[in-house]
Amino acid sequence: MPARPRLAVWKFASCDGCQLSLLDCEEELLSLAEAVEIGYFLEASRKTLPGPYDLSLVEGSITTPEDAERIREVRRLSKKLVTIGACATAGGIQALRNFARVEEFVSAVYASPEYIRTLDRSTPIAAHVPVDFELQGCPINRFQLLEVISAFLAGRTPAIPRYSVCLECKRAGTPCVLVARGIPCLGPVTQAGCGAICPGYARGCYGCYGPMESPNPPSLGRRWQALGASERDLHRVFRTFNAGAEPFRRESEAHGG
Amino acid sequence: MAVRKISLEALARVEGEGSLELSLHEGKVETARLKIFEPPRFFEAFLRGRAFSEVPDIVARICGICPVAYQMSAVHALEQGLGIVVDGPLRLLRRLLYCGEWIESHVLHIVMLHAPDFLGLPDAIAISREHRAEVERALALKRAGNEILRVLGGREIHPINVRVGGFYRLPTPSELSALREKLERAREEAVALLRWVATFPCPECERDYEFVSLRHPSEYPMNEGRVVSNRGLSLAAEEFDSAFEESHLPHSTALYCRFRERGSYLVGPLARYNLNFDRLSPWVQSLAREAGLGPVCRNPFQSILVRSVEVLFACEEALRLLSLYEPPEAPSVALPAIPGEGHAATEAPRGLLYHRYRFDREGTIEEARIVPPTSQNQASIEEDLRLWAERHLSEPEESLRDRCEQAIRNYDPCISCSTHFLRLVIRRS
Repeated sequence: MPARPRLAVWKFASCDGCQLSLLDCEEELLSLAEAVEIGYFLEASRKTLPGPYDLSLVEGSITTPEDAERIREVRRLSKKLVTIGACATAGGIQALRNFARVEEFVSAVYASPEYIRTLDRSTPIAAHVPVDFELQGCPINRFQLLEVISAFLAGRTPAIPRYSVCLECKRAGTPCVLVARGIPCLGPVTQAGCGAICPGYARGCYGCYGPMESPNPPSLGRRWQALGASERDLHRVFRTFNAGAEPFRRESEAHGG
Repeated sequence: MAVRKISLEALARVEGEGSLELSLHEGKVETARLKIFEPPRFFEAFLRGRAFSEVPDIVARICGICPVAYQMSAVHALEQGLGIVVDGPLRLLRRLLYCGEWIESHVLHIVMLHAPDFLGLPDAIAISREHRAEVERALALKRAGNEILRVLGGREIHPINVRVGGFYRLPTPSELSALREKLERAREEAVALLRWVATFPCPECERDYEFVSLRHPSEYPMNEGRVVSNRGLSLAAEEFDSAFEESHLPHSTALYCRFRERGSYLVGPLARYNLNFDRLSPWVQSLAREAGLGPVCRNPFQSILVRSVEVLFACEEALRLLSLYEPPEAPSVALPAIPGEGHAATEAPRGLLYHRYRFDREGTIEEARIVPPTSQNQASIEEDLRLWAERHLSEPEESLRDRCEQAIRNYDPCISCSTHFLRLVIRRS
């Protein structure tokens, strides 16, 4: 019997939610543990095996000098490296520091700022090392995660659509909240994958899956304004969990500082 | 005498990054330091300038394991500041949602993170090779908790349906009836889980803690109540700041929260159980007794049993809530446009979670304060470790490390709240 591929899961600055998606696979998790050898997954196991790892899943963004070094070591140990979630692919919500003075952030939260060592920017993994695939979402969809793992184990490209949330709404038969109810929605510029949950719950998409392929945020921004959104609303809504993703960053900046 | 510094493997099966450093002198543990070096993310800083309507979505991202707790403390604090009370069926649905998170988070910790310590195995996958049926049953139970989150919250991690004033959409009758069927099975699985956990060998260890939790006039506490302790404390949430203080020590990016007068205290399942045993139903009480627990439990290692009792409670309570639910007219209540300041404490799976917000007339956040359970427990964890490590100093280092790890996991520390892996460093002089 050939050796099972060795899987590693790494964490940088994050909420643990994307790794938890793997633990949330429940029955699939036990099958996965039979298909791969879990070499490093500290949230789940104290047993660690040495690299190299056939596949590394990386959660979180780079925010400290130590982590900037550690991600290079992870890359060196990994044949394939896949980033999971908005933190690892766009810098996460903690990238809001990129638009502020980090010293002021430190002193707003900590009584003794001198004890804190942090970088002034939160950056995605691809800003530091080559990445083989980026899985978007805050949090990621666990079925998409299983697809990505299966694809890498089979040596094929993951079937992760880059189209917008709108197609998921159509497929689910959810009436368009923007057109039918006048609710501002980021669905037209946001990548599918969540299953269009928010429109299904009578609210507009808030963009947690990040930009779709070739989005047109300025056009959507004009539509929002026609529905009564202010410059500040637009500035804020593009500046959340994927604030560091280029199309969202640009649109946020177009609506003020 | 020469100082010996020994680094041991990273501590696993906790959420977040940290290490443990023990300094030994003449056979005594001089200091035990839980060093949390999870990178800071500055939530309280970047919440300033956001709209209060964005707060539930943003604070969820503090913790992927307990996002509902963050959402609940946030909406209650903001609503208090607005002078509104969300009551009736909407309050009931919030409690039901919280039951889902307690079940999901507790079962994850009991089976996947903590049980391996008691069974001497590296992880839940190893447990499943010997106890496949028990692990599968527990995963089914966890799935039932996740199902509540999915129905009421839209998804399990970072739910999207919670808003200040209520929800975006109400659950449909067919969604709720499907949920009821799953929870009836889950309640049976929770009884089986408690009975299985009661067979684990449990270390003897008692400490005289000051337990702090919410207490409600009639319910086992979740979203509401006064902050009380076994030593006479009784406060409203808005008095939290006056009784507790956060301090910052060089070795940790998590703040320490202590009593201004008395120092450390303990929050979480043990505290809730000890202060609210009388609020559990006679059926849950009798199953707790059958599992070997009295009305008071001071053994931190038995927290795994107490968590199992709370899972049972949460299944029973979710079913009770479902039987009482009558749909309200609207999914949320209207909010006034006024400036305000509000406080709230709710019971996250890991313990008391305090939020305070100040906002202007347009609903823009001016100031935010968040005190998570792990920063409140940090001092207590270190005291446990001193006592526990000292008792086992003669053991080989690997065994000592395993014991310390287990003692830390008693708290289900959610280190990503402030900030993942613990390293044990022993300094001998």
